[in-house]
Amino acid sequence: MTRLRVLLCRLTGWLRKGSLERDLDEELHFHLQLETAENVRKGMTSAQARTSALRRFGGVAQVKETYREAHGLPAIQLLWQDVRFGFRMMRRSPGLSLLVILCLTLGIGANAAVFSWIEGILLRPFPLVAHQERMMAMAGTNRGVAGLDDLSWPDFVDLQKNCTLFDTFIVDRIMGVTLAIGERAQRTTGSVVSANYFRALGVRPVLGRGFEPGEDFGRNAHPVTVIGYRMWQDRFRGDPGIIGKTQMLNGMPHTIVGVAPEGFYGTFVGWAMQFWVPTSMQERFDPPTYKLEDRGARWIEGFAILKPGVTPAQAQAEISAVAKRLEVDYPATNRGCGIQLFPLWKTPFNNAGALLPTLGIALAVVVSVLLIACANVSNLLLVRAFGRRHEMTVRLAVGAGRGRLLKQLLTEGTILAIISAIGGMAMAHWCRNLLALLLPARAGVTMTLPGELDWRVLALSAGVCLISTLLFGLAPAIQASKIDLVSSLKADSAGVVGGRRRAAARSSLVVVQVALSFVLLVGAALLLESLRGMQNTSPGFSTRGVLTTGIDFRSAGYNAQRIKTFQDELIDRLQGLGGLQSAAFARTTPFSYGSYSSAEIAVDGYETAPDRQLTVEYNEVGPGYLATMGIPVVSGREFTRADNETAPLVAVVNEAMAAQYWRGQDPVGGRLQVKRRWMRVVGVAKMSKYRSLRETPKPFFYVPMRQSALGQALEVRTPLGPETIAKVLAREIHKLDANLAPSEVITMQEQVDRTTAVQRVAVTMLGVFGGLALLLAAIGLYGVMSYTVSQSTRELGLRMALGAGVPHLLRQVMSQGMALTAGGLALGAVASVALTRLIVGMLYGVTPRDPLAFGVAFVAMTMAAGIACFLPAWRAARTDPVRALRD
Amino acid sequence: MAHPLAHPMAKEKTDVLHGSLAFMVLRTLDTLGPQHGWGIARRIEQISGDALELNQGTLYPALLRLQQMGWIASKWGSSENHRRAKFYSITRAGRKQLAAEAENWERISGILARFRSQAGEAS
Repeated sequence: MTRLRVLLCRLTGWLRKGSLERDLDEELHFHLQLETAENVRKGMTSAQARTSALRRFGGVAQVKETYREAHGLPAIQLLWQDVRFGFRMMRRSPGLSLLVILCLTLGIGANAAVFSWIEGILLRPFPLVAHQERMMAMAGTNRGVAGLDDLSWPDFVDLQKNCTLFDTFIVDRIMGVTLAIGERAQRTTGSVVSANYFRALGVRPVLGRGFEPGEDFGRNAHPVTVIGYRMWQDRFRGDPGIIGKTQMLNGMPHTIVGVAPEGFYGTFVGWAMQFWVPTSMQERFDPPTYKLEDRGARWIEGFAILKPGVTPAQAQAEISAVAKRLEVDYPATNRGCGIQLFPLWKTPFNNAGALLPTLGIALAVVVSVLLIACANVSNLLLVRAFGRRHEMTVRLAVGAGRGRLLKQLLTEGTILAIISAIGGMAMAHWCRNLLALLLPARAGVTMTLPGELDWRVLALSAGVCLISTLLFGLAPAIQASKIDLVSSLKADSAGVVGGRRRAAARSSLVVVQVALSFVLLVGAALLLESLRGMQNTSPGFSTRGVLTTGIDFRSAGYNAQRIKTFQDELIDRLQGLGGLQSAAFARTTPFSYGSYSSAEIAVDGYETAPDRQLTVEYNEVGPGYLATMGIPVVSGREFTRADNETAPLVAVVNEAMAAQYWRGQDPVGGRLQVKRRWMRVVGVAKMSKYRSLRETPKPFFYVPMRQSALGQALEVRTPLGPETIAKVLAREIHKLDANLAPSEVITMQEQVDRTTAVQRVAVTMLGVFGGLALLLAAIGLYGVMSYTVSQSTRELGLRMALGAGVPHLLRQVMSQGMALTAGGLALGAVASVALTRLIVGMLYGVTPRDPLAFGVAFVAMTMAAGIACFLPAWRAARTDPVRALRD
Repeated sequence: MAHPLAHPMAKEKTDVLHGSLAFMVLRTLDTLGPQHGWGIARRIEQISGDALELNQGTLYPALLRLQQMGWIASKWGSSENHRRAKFYSITRAGRKQLAAEAENWERISGILARFRSQAGEAS
């Protein structure tokens, strides 16, 4: 009750603080008058009387301050006062405030952006999906090696049946699909999912329904589909009566049973799915065979949803036990096969895994940038705090507590941080789709790599903001609270270059900045060198003048004979066109996601060590493939149309294979056994790269498609651009069959570049931020040096008056700045040696301690530091001694 | 070691004991009726026989707090020499509080007295 009363009093006091202040003034005035009069009556002179009255009273200012604190709402009032004062201070040095806000905005914004990417891509990659924290990716392992194997449907069903620690399992198999829209055929992406998919994810279609349990079973028995929101809007113009209509998918009419909600893109990181079909439709979308009854056919990528409270380790233990039992029960198909769970951010079968190292680097980089920015801001504020020493001293002298000053300074810091945080959030908002822009686009695939600015990211960013406020605000605040009243009031001691304890804090901040920038520069240089190394590496085939595309025959329902006929006819048509030099089909285009066939081989006269299996990868290619790709044949010949089903089996090996299995002798005419079929070697192809520029030379061979598996990839050698060729191809293919369409047409250069996209993103990021860090460090160095110089004008003037020349002064100031730089470089070099090992996985052709990279970083840093120190040094050297000494 | 309170006072004047100022103000107003700030200060010094070092300024925040507690009220009026002055008077709640505090101080000084005599025996 009393407390409420006090609060009310204070509230009214706060509201009427102007009149109360006047009242108090009058009251105190009155008091002092009476006391003085009393003293005079006691016999003092009027001056004595007044002094005595004042002494009796104590500090008028202190009394007013306590009075004020007591009569209002002190917390709010003081805060308000501090805030207003903070803004006034900001306005007084707008340049410095702007610089501080800019530094912090960059630091906080970059962090928030990367947090949002990590949240949106790695941690919670699937918008609208419930319980992502309990969701784990699931993939098969082969002899303990993870990542290359998937799961079979019978295994999946057994998992559902036997596991108790899981809510459910879902199948999600991405596929490219030919979509027939009227007369046109178009490629897009969709997914084969288990019927429980939408229910398990907690995603409710906005129209119609999800799949029903029965739709998992029966060979191609349930041609139903749920379409994506975007597809519904774009292709069907948001038709409200869409349910029940049919859509041709892979040449088969599917009934649209549902429309997914807006913002749901499926469960494949990075790509937006356009539609989903139930597992029973597997054969139609993942040809050529029906796999639902085949335990050996591993095609399922999927997710497990753990029961609440189950740890990943427990889940893995149970799933491993089930896999062990399956190995025992079905040795023929399951020997050596395990199942492994992955956290979503390590998912092996989508873009999460590929982006993980990049985002890791990004995180390290932005944290460094934030630290540098904080160091810089701290430095700037220290300089300002030093300039405000007098103000602080006076405030202390008139009765402000030290705690009060600390609060004031931290409030000022918080104002700066909050403004910067708002700026940073705006920056993160603009940057949230940046990652998708850095990665190469693919036709038929809608990239979605959105950052998520959800409450977790906001909270984390707020935390970062708070920590950085403390980081940069505390040093000046502590320094201010250490002010020694007496000596500070007496005089501003004249500065001396160097030899000054107060400068130690600022100097060490600069050393840290230089060190961090150096680390970033080394990282950027290493990645840039790797990228250049990769780009200068020839893949062994032509990257210019060769285009690659594909035609999905199987999903259009073609059988082997139809494919062969079509391919021959198309090649003939294309060869007859002007501007096209040659064209060839193959099963796998180099540097694509698709995997090569591999087989155990035997070679005449080559003894295999009994414990070693000779597994070699190969590609099935059409006639003229090597010439089209620009891979030279060093001996013998390549395949022609004559190498068909009825002709003797032939193969072309690469140089590494010739060297290893024929020990340098010409293998042409020799024999090679693949899958228990002997074939005659008719040629040797020059070495080339097959999957990535970073791979080492390895044995590889080619077999004719006609004598092995048919392929759907099409390579075209032409000086024309991909857009022109895409039109020509579409036209020519349409003439043969209106239901077929070529997939995306790209140059081989583009194909190769896509494999280095992650490196390029990393280089871009490190380059931009490394440069930024360099700039910030230089600003920091410049600030410290100019401040030191401005504080020691008198000493410099004295030295000049005593005969020190310009070069001497230049040298003196420069040497101090360069000493700081040297310290930073030494620290940075040590840190770099320790840290660059972390990116060794992204390096190509350079060691993590590459002297060139270190040298470049060293030179760049030294030059920036030199410029940053020279400007103040030059100013110092031009000091007018007379002026300096007089002031 | 002897209790600090047992030592002869080093200073001739003693500081206002924490919390006792409120009691003194209330007692003064109760005895003398409405007073302005200076009057209260003089009275306290008189009663203490000028043995109390009252920083007169500290009186004003204390008066404000007492007002906020509702134990005293203030009103602008005219002083003996016809100047505008703020007069403080005790309220009903203030009297109740005064009684409570009087009892409290009684008890404390009783306790202290007992310590005093004990310390005297020991030394």
